[in-house]
Amino acid sequence: MLEKIETIKLEALLNLEAIDSARDLESWRVQHLGKKSPLTQILRGLAGLSIEERKAAGAAANELKRLLEESSARKGQAIRAKEMAAEAGKESIDISLPGRPYPAGRLHPITQTIEEICDIFVSLGFQVVEGPDVEWDYYNFEALNIPAEHPARDSMSSYWVDTPAGDRGKQMLRTHGTAISARVVEKMRPPIRTIEPARVYRYEATDATHLNIYHNIDGLAVDRGITMADLKGVLFEFVRRYFGENRKIRFRTDFFPFVEPGGEIAIDCGVCHGSGCRVCKDSGWLEILGCGMTHPEVLRRGGIDPEEYTSFAFGMGLERLPMLRYGIEDIRHFYNNDLRFLRQF
Amino acid sequence: MKVPLSWLKDYVDVTLPAAELARRITLAGFEVAEIITTGGSWENIIVGRITAVNPHPNADRLRLATVDLGQRQETVVCGAPNLNVGDKIAFAHSGAQLVNPYNGQMEELKPAKIRGVVSRGMICSEKELGISESHEGILVLKPEVEIGRPLVEYLGDSVLDIDVTANRPDCLSVVGIAHETAALCGRKMHIPEIACEESGEPLEGRITIEISAPDLCPRYCASLITGVTITDSPAWLQERLVACGQRPINNIVDITNYVMLEYGQPLHSFDYDRLKGHKIMVRRAAGGEKFYTLDEVERELTGDMLVIGDGERTVAIAGVMGGLNSEVTGSTTNILLEAASFKATSIHYTSRRLGLTSEASTRFERGISAGLTIPALRHATQLIAELGGGKIARGIIDVYPGKKDPALIPLTAAKVRRVLGVGFSQEQIVDTLESLGFDCRGDGAGIKVTAPYWRSDINQDVDIIEEVARINGYDKIPMTLLAEPVPPQRTEPIIGLKRKIRRGLAGHGFQEIMSYTLTGLDMLSNLAAPARPPEPLPARVVNPMTADQEYLRCSLRAGLLTTLANNRRYEEGGIRLFELGRIYLPTGESLPAEPEVLCGIMSGPRAERSWLGGDGTFDFHDAKGAIESLLGQLDVNVTFEKSLDAGLHPARQAAVVVQGGERRETIGIIGEVHPAVAAAFEVTGTVGLFEINLMALLPFAAGEKTYRAVPRFPGSYRDIALVVDAGVTHRQILDIISSYPLITGAELFDVYSGKPVAPGKKSLAYRLVYQSTTHTLTDAEVNNVQEQLLERMARELGAILRS
Repeated sequence: MLEKIETIKLEALLNLEAIDSARDLESWRVQHLGKKSPLTQILRGLAGLSIEERKAAGAAANELKRLLEESSARKGQAIRAKEMAAEAGKESIDISLPGRPYPAGRLHPITQTIEEICDIFVSLGFQVVEGPDVEWDYYNFEALNIPAEHPARDSMSSYWVDTPAGDRGKQMLRTHGTAISARVVEKMRPPIRTIEPARVYRYEATDATHLNIYHNIDGLAVDRGITMADLKGVLFEFVRRYFGENRKIRFRTDFFPFVEPGGEIAIDCGVCHGSGCRVCKDSGWLEILGCGMTHPEVLRRGGIDPEEYTSFAFGMGLERLPMLRYGIEDIRHFYNNDLRFLRQF
Repeated sequence: MKVPLSWLKDYVDVTLPAAELARRITLAGFEVAEIITTGGSWENIIVGRITAVNPHPNADRLRLATVDLGQRQETVVCGAPNLNVGDKIAFAHSGAQLVNPYNGQMEELKPAKIRGVVSRGMICSEKELGISESHEGILVLKPEVEIGRPLVEYLGDSVLDIDVTANRPDCLSVVGIAHETAALCGRKMHIPEIACEESGEPLEGRITIEISAPDLCPRYCASLITGVTITDSPAWLQERLVACGQRPINNIVDITNYVMLEYGQPLHSFDYDRLKGHKIMVRRAAGGEKFYTLDEVERELTGDMLVIGDGERTVAIAGVMGGLNSEVTGSTTNILLEAASFKATSIHYTSRRLGLTSEASTRFERGISAGLTIPALRHATQLIAELGGGKIARGIIDVYPGKKDPALIPLTAAKVRRVLGVGFSQEQIVDTLESLGFDCRGDGAGIKVTAPYWRSDINQDVDIIEEVARINGYDKIPMTLLAEPVPPQRTEPIIGLKRKIRRGLAGHGFQEIMSYTLTGLDMLSNLAAPARPPEPLPARVVNPMTADQEYLRCSLRAGLLTTLANNRRYEEGGIRLFELGRIYLPTGESLPAEPEVLCGIMSGPRAERSWLGGDGTFDFHDAKGAIESLLGQLDVNVTFEKSLDAGLHPARQAAVVVQGGERRETIGIIGEVHPAVAAAFEVTGTVGLFEINLMALLPFAAGEKTYRAVPRFPGSYRDIALVVDAGVTHRQILDIISSYPLITGAELFDVYSGKPVAPGKKSLAYRLVYQSTTHTLTDAEVNNVQEQLLERMARELGAILRS
C-alpha cells in the first residue's frame, strides 16, 4: 500500500510541474484529489485494512493529500501572478497623467519662520509669550531704559495711537518685540525663559529691505547664575540650527539701552562667503540679532533683584532670516500675498 | 564719524593695517562701515629725485628727466612744465595703476617709445595719482621724504568711517577713537601738550557769565582771543576737515570744528564785540521768541528751550546752533570762545522740536562729559592764537554749577565672572581698564574704579564689566547652555489653538496670507453694503504716513478680498485663502482689545481644474463645510443660526454657534460675500467666507477629549425619504431624530424638489443607523422605534414617508 501511495505521489507531482494554466490545474485537481482519484479511493478504503496497515497507510495518505493540496495552491498562485503580468502587458495607463487633485494649502513663510524659531527655543526650555501690538509708552520705552528725549527713540520712530493715555504713558504701536520682555519681567518670576514673537511698527519709509510693519522675535532668560556664556551658547546653538552648522558666526560688542554688556551676532555672508559683496555691503557679515545681559535697571523695574538674579535678552528682525536663508531680495514680497510667491514655501 | 589714520597716529602709534584695526574696532563695539583709502592702488610708485633735465632730441615740448630712485636711475620722457633738478617726485614704474587724466579711468602704465625715446616709467601728477584734479604739472614732494620708499608711506591714508553707538559720544572724536585703539592694540596714548599761552590782558571784568538755568547747563567755560585776523586755514587743517567730511570756511570756524572732531566737544565762537553788554546769559528762551540761526532760517523758540543770550537778546540756541546776530565775520577781531556742557535731553528736545540737527546737537544729545570742555577750549584757544595771530586773555572762565565728584565704583573679579561666565584675574581686569584710561585702586576685597574724565557712559559695575569683556574680546567668552533646571512651561492655550487651526486649514487646501494691520478707512467702510464706516470707529494712528495706513484694522476681510482680487489677475482656478491674526477694537480707556480672528474666503471652481473633471463653484455650503470640518477636528459642537451681517449676502449667511455643557456662544459667521462688497473690492463671482473669533472659540476648544467605547454590536441601516413643506429645515428633522437614543446616526444623502414631489414640498432622504451598546437589535425593535419616529415626524412636521 505504501508503495502505491509513493507511486501516486511521484506521478501527481510530475504532472503538476508541467501545468501552466488555471484550467489544467483544475483538471489536475480532479484527477489527483477528486472523488474518483486513486488517493481518495485509498483514503476511503482505509477502513477495510488491518489496524497495523491502517495506521501506516492512513498517515502516509493524509500526508500526501496535504502535500498535494499545498503544492496545487502554490502552483495556483504562480499561475495567477503570471496571468496578471500578462494582463498588465495588455492594459496600460499613462502614469504621467496628473493624479486626481487634492487641495493642499501652505502656511505663510513668516508663520513658518516664527514657528521654526519658537520650536528651537522651546526645545531649549523657553516658553512662547505674546503681547499687545498697541502698547503703553512705558513698556516700549521707559521700562527698557529709554526715557523721553533719549536718542534711542530717534532710531525707533514710532506711530502713536489716538486711544487715551494712562498712567503708563501714551498708547503707541510697539516698535520692538522687547516690549514683551518688559512685561514678562514684571509679570513672571524667575526662573524665566521666554521666546516672544511680535508684530512691530516703525514710522519709516519702506523699500526693498525695510518695512514699516514687520516682525521681531525676542527672548529672555532670568535665573540665578545666568551668564554671558549662556547667552553665547544659546544663541550660537540657535544660529547653527537655523542656518546650518557650517556658517561662521561673529559675536561683537554693541549697544542697546536695555542690556549691558550688549552684543550683536552676525553670520558670514552666504552670497560672497566673507569676501564682500552688495548683499553684505562689502563687510562679509550679515547681522542677525542684538543681545546682551539684561540691564539691572530693567530687572529692578520689573521687581526682580539684580543682585540675586542675572538675565540675558536678545531680539531679531524676523523677515530678515528667511530673506538671508532663501535669498529673497525684497522684503515686501512677504505682504504682497502673491500666491506665486507664497506657494514656494 | 570719519577718522583718518594719519590723524589718529598723532595720538597713538598704529602699526596694524587699516583693515585689521577696523576689525578690532568693530568687534569692540563700533562698526567700521567703510575704509576709504588713498594710495591703495599705488603699487610700483616710489619716491625719486630729479637729477637731470635734458631736451628731447625729437620734440620741442617734451623733455627727458633723469630720476634717482635710490638703487638705480631711470630716464623718462616728460611734458610737465615744472621739472626742477633736485625736486623729489612720485615715480611710477611700468605696471603701476594710474588714472588716465583724459578719461578718468584707471589704466596700467606700460613701457612706451615716445618720439623715438623709450620711457620705462613716469613722473606723476596729482590727478594721475587720484589725489586731486590737478594736472598742470607734476606733484612735488616735501624735501624730507626718502628716495626709493613707496609713495604710499608719505601720501597714503585710510579713513575709517565708524558708526558710533548712542552711549559713546566721546568716540565721536579722533582722540576718543585713539583711546580705543590704544587699548585694543596695547599701545600708549600720547596727546600733545597744549601750549595755551595766556599773554594778553586779564579776562576778568571783560565778560560776565551767568547761568540762570543750571539744571540745563552744568558747565560753561569761555576764553577771549583778541586781535585776530580772519583768513583761510592752513592746508593741513583744511585737509583734515575735508578728510572728515567737513567744508573749510575760515580759520576760526575751522578751528572750532577741528577741535570738536579732535575731542568730541562742540565749541562756539562769538564775535566778542557784537555781544551786547559783554554779557553771556545761559537761560531759557522767552516763549514765542523769533531767532535767526546761522543757516539764515528764522526759528520760533519756546520757553522750555535753552538759549545763550547777551545783555539784551538771544545770540545762540544752546548746543544746537549759533545766531546770525553774533557770528564771526571777516571783520571780527575779538573772539569769545565757548565750551559748555548742556543737558542731553534738553538739547534733544530742542533739536527735535526745531527740526534742526547739527554736529553739536548730535554730540550734546548723547550726553558728552563736562570734563571735555577745558581741554578742548584750551586747544582751540591755542590754535586761534597761533593761526589767527591773536592774544589770549588771561584767565579762562569756568562756571561749573553742576560739578560732581567722580564716582568710585567697586568691582571684584567674582562679579566680573558672575556676569561674563569667564574668569579674569584682578590683574587682567586692572590692566584692561587702565589701558582705557580708567583709574583702579585696590581696596583689599577688590578694586574701586573711576572712569576717565571723557567717559560719560560709566555709571555702574556692569558698565565696567562690559569694558573688560569687549577689550579682551567676546571670543574669550565660553559657551554654555543654561545649566539651571528648565522652568515650568505654561504656554497660553491660544498659541496652541492657533497652530492647530493653521495646520487644519492648510490641510483643507487653504493658503495662509498675512496682510498689513494698518489700513484705510475706505477699505473698512467698503466691507458693508451699502458702504459705511465701521462703528465704533477703529483706533486711529495719530501720525499716519499715508491714508491707506491710518487705522488699525477691525476686520480681516479687506485684506483677504484685496488679495483675492490681486491674485485673480493670473489665477483662474479655485482660490482658498485664510488669515489668522489680530483685529484691534478700542475699549475706551485701556489698551484696545486685540482678539485673534480667523477669516477665510473661497472663490472660483470648487475642484481644481483636472482632466478628471470637477464640479461647481465655491458657495455658502463650502464655507459651512470648512467650518464644520475644522471645528469637528477640534471636537467643538457647532450649530448655525440665522444672522444679519451687512457685509454678507442677506439670504446666504449664518451665525456660528458653539455649545459646550451649559455654555452657548456665537463665535463667528459664515456666508457669501455681499455682491456689492465684492464689487467694491473688484472681485467677481461668489465668494464663500467664514470668520471665527478665536478668543470666543477657545473655551470650547480647549476641553479634553471624551472617549466612548467602540460599538461592540452591529448596527442596522434604514433609508427613509420624507416629504415636508419647503420651509421645514434639516435641523428640525435632525432634532427629532436625535431624541431617539437608539438612532446613532442620520446621514442626509439627498434633497429633492420637483416632480413627482408636489409643489411647495421637498423630499429629504436619510440613512439612519440603529445601534445599541448592549445587544444586537432585532428587526422588531428597529421597526418599533422607526414607527414612533415617523409618527412624530408626521405630527410635528407634517412629514410623509415617500414610498
